[in-house]
Amino acid sequence: MSKIIKAENVSFSYEGDTPEERVEVLKNISFEIEEGSFTAILGRNGSGKSTLAKLLCMINLPDSGRLEVDGIEVTREDVTEDEIYEARRDVGMVFQNPDNQIVATIVEDDVAFGPENLGIPSEEIRKRVDGALEAVGMSEYARHSASRLSGGQKQRVAIAGALAMKRKCIIFDESTAMLDPLGRKEVMKNILRLNKEDGITVLLITHYMNEASLADRVIVIDNGGIIMDGRPSEVFSEVDKMWEAGLDVPQTTELLQRLRDAGLDVPKDIFDPAECAAVIKAALADRGCAI
Amino acid sequence: MNLNTEKCAAEFRGVSFTYNKGIAYEKKAVRSVSLKIYGGCVTGLIGSTGSGKSTLIKMLNGLVKPDEGEVIVDGTNIWDKKVKIRDVRFKVGLVMQYPEYQLFDETVSEDIAFGPKNMGISGDELKRRVAEAAKFSGLDPDLLEKSPFDISGGQKRRAALAGVIAMTPSLLVLDEPAAGLDPAGRREILGRIKNYQRESGNSVVIVSHSMEDVAKYCDRLAVMNKGEIVLYDETDRVFSHGEELRDMGLDVPEITKVAEELARLGVDVGNDVYTVKYAAERLIEKYGLGK
Repeated sequence: MSKIIKAENVSFSYEGDTPEERVEVLKNISFEIEEGSFTAILGRNGSGKSTLAKLLCMINLPDSGRLEVDGIEVTREDVTEDEIYEARRDVGMVFQNPDNQIVATIVEDDVAFGPENLGIPSEEIRKRVDGALEAVGMSEYARHSASRLSGGQKQRVAIAGALAMKRKCIIFDESTAMLDPLGRKEVMKNILRLNKEDGITVLLITHYMNEASLADRVIVIDNGGIIMDGRPSEVFSEVDKMWEAGLDVPQTTELLQRLRDAGLDVPKDIFDPAECAAVIKAALADRGCAI
Repeated sequence: MNLNTEKCAAEFRGVSFTYNKGIAYEKKAVRSVSLKIYGGCVTGLIGSTGSGKSTLIKMLNGLVKPDEGEVIVDGTNIWDKKVKIRDVRFKVGLVMQYPEYQLFDETVSEDIAFGPKNMGISGDELKRRVAEAAKFSGLDPDLLEKSPFDISGGQKRRAALAGVIAMTPSLLVLDEPAAGLDPAGRREILGRIKNYQRESGNSVVIVSHSMEDVAKYCDRLAVMNKGEIVLYDETDRVFSHGEELRDMGLDVPEITKVAEELARLGVDVGNDVYTVKYAAERLIEKYGLGK
C-alpha cells in the first residue's frame, strides 16, 4: 500500500511578539498514513491536533522536518509553488462550525465553488456536483438555500464540496462537534461510506470516543507529540492512559473493563453495543449463569 | 431521589412563540409549552436542532417574550407590569453557547464583577462574590488580574461562567456548556456546575446534544420536539423511551443501547440503565460476579 502522507520529525511553532512568547506546538512528530485508510486523531484541547491538520493540508508548513504529501515533498528547500498547489489539491478539510464553511447561497453553487476555481469545464463540474451531492444523500436539496439546512446537512454539503474537488484525503476537524445526535450519525455514515466505498483517505479529529472506535487506527497526541498509535482496541484498552491524556474510552470498553475486574471473562475490544451485549451473554453462559 | 417538587424555580404556562410572524419565513418555534422547572436539581433540556430549545430558554430571562402564555419565575409573572425585566435577569443567569466570546472588560476580575456591580453590589461583598464565583468555576486566582484576552480558551469559558455565577442567580441556565471541550474538560465543567447546584441549592438547566453527558449530570430531562415538550421525567425514565427518542432525531447513551441489546438476548438488566457504573453493578449483582 502506498503512503499518502509521510511526516518525519516535523515541528511547528506559533510565533509570539517576543521570542519568549513563541509556542512550540508540534515537537518532532513522525508518522505515515496509508492511502485509503481511516485514522482517528485524539487529544485534549491544545494538544496540537488542529495544528497538525493545518500542516497536512498545507495551510501552514512545518518549521523543520520532512513532510511528503502524495509523493510531493513539500518541505524540500527548492519546492515550487506549483508543487505545493498540486499537493494541496489532494487534501481537503471539513471544519467544526457548519455555518463557517458554506460560501454560496444555493447548495449546488457551494459544491461547485471549488472545481470552478480550478478552471474545470462546466459540463465536468455539473457531473462532479451531481455525483458529490448524490454521494452524501443531498441531491434533492441541490437548489435549496444553504442557510436553511440543518447543521448535519450543511456538513454533508461541505463534504460534497471536498468530493467535487476529487480530494484523495479529507481531514475532518471536529466536524460533528456542533451537531445533534441525528446530525452526527448522518455525517459519520457519510464519512464511513466515502472511506470504504470510494477509497478516500480519512483523518478524523474528534472528542467522541465512539466515533474514533470506527476507525482502522487511532493516534493520540499530547503535548505536541504522539503518545499512542494503534488499532482502536489497542488504544482504548489503555483506560488509565487515556484518562491521563484528558480523554475517555467508549462506554462499551468501560463496561467490559468493570465486568472483567469482577471476574467475568469478556474481551476488551468490542465497541458495537449489540456485539458487546452478545459477548456478555456468552461469558455469562460460559460461567454457568442461568439466563 | 429526594426531589423537592414543592419548590418550583420557574414555570412556563402555555407559552408559544413564532418567529417572523406574518411573513413568508414564519416559523412557530415554541407551541403551547407548559412546564415546571423544579427547585434544587439539574434539569437537562434535549431536542434536535431547531426543536425550539434555545427559544424556550431565552424566555426564562425575558430575552424572548412569548406571544401567548406566561413565564413565572420565583412565583411572579415576569411580564407583569410591576416587574422590572432587569431584576428577572439577576435571578435567572443565562450562559449562552461559546460564552468565551462575550468577555469584554480590561481584567478577568472586572469582567466577573460586571453583573453584580449592575445589581448595586460593591466593596467587600463584590470582592467576595468575584472570588467565590472564580472558585466555583475553577478559575485560577492568578489569572484574575490578567486581560481576558490573554488567557486560554478553557480559562475564558470558566471566566464567563463565573461572571454569571457571581450574580448568584436562583436559576442558572446553560446552553451547551461543554461544547467543543475535550472529555476531561467536559467532565470538569459539568462536574463544577453540578457541584454549584448541590452547594448553593439553586436550580440549573442544561441544554445539551450529548446523551451521555445529560445521563451523568441531570436529575430530570425535558425532551423537546417541533416546539413542544414531549417527555418530561426523571432521567432513567426518559431513557427508557429509546424508540421515541430515536424517532425525534435524538438517541440514548451507548450504555443504554447495550442494555437494550442485552434485554433482547434475554439478559434483563432493567430498562432504567443509563450510566456505565449502574449497568456494571446490576450485572455483577444479578449474576453474583466478583465473588
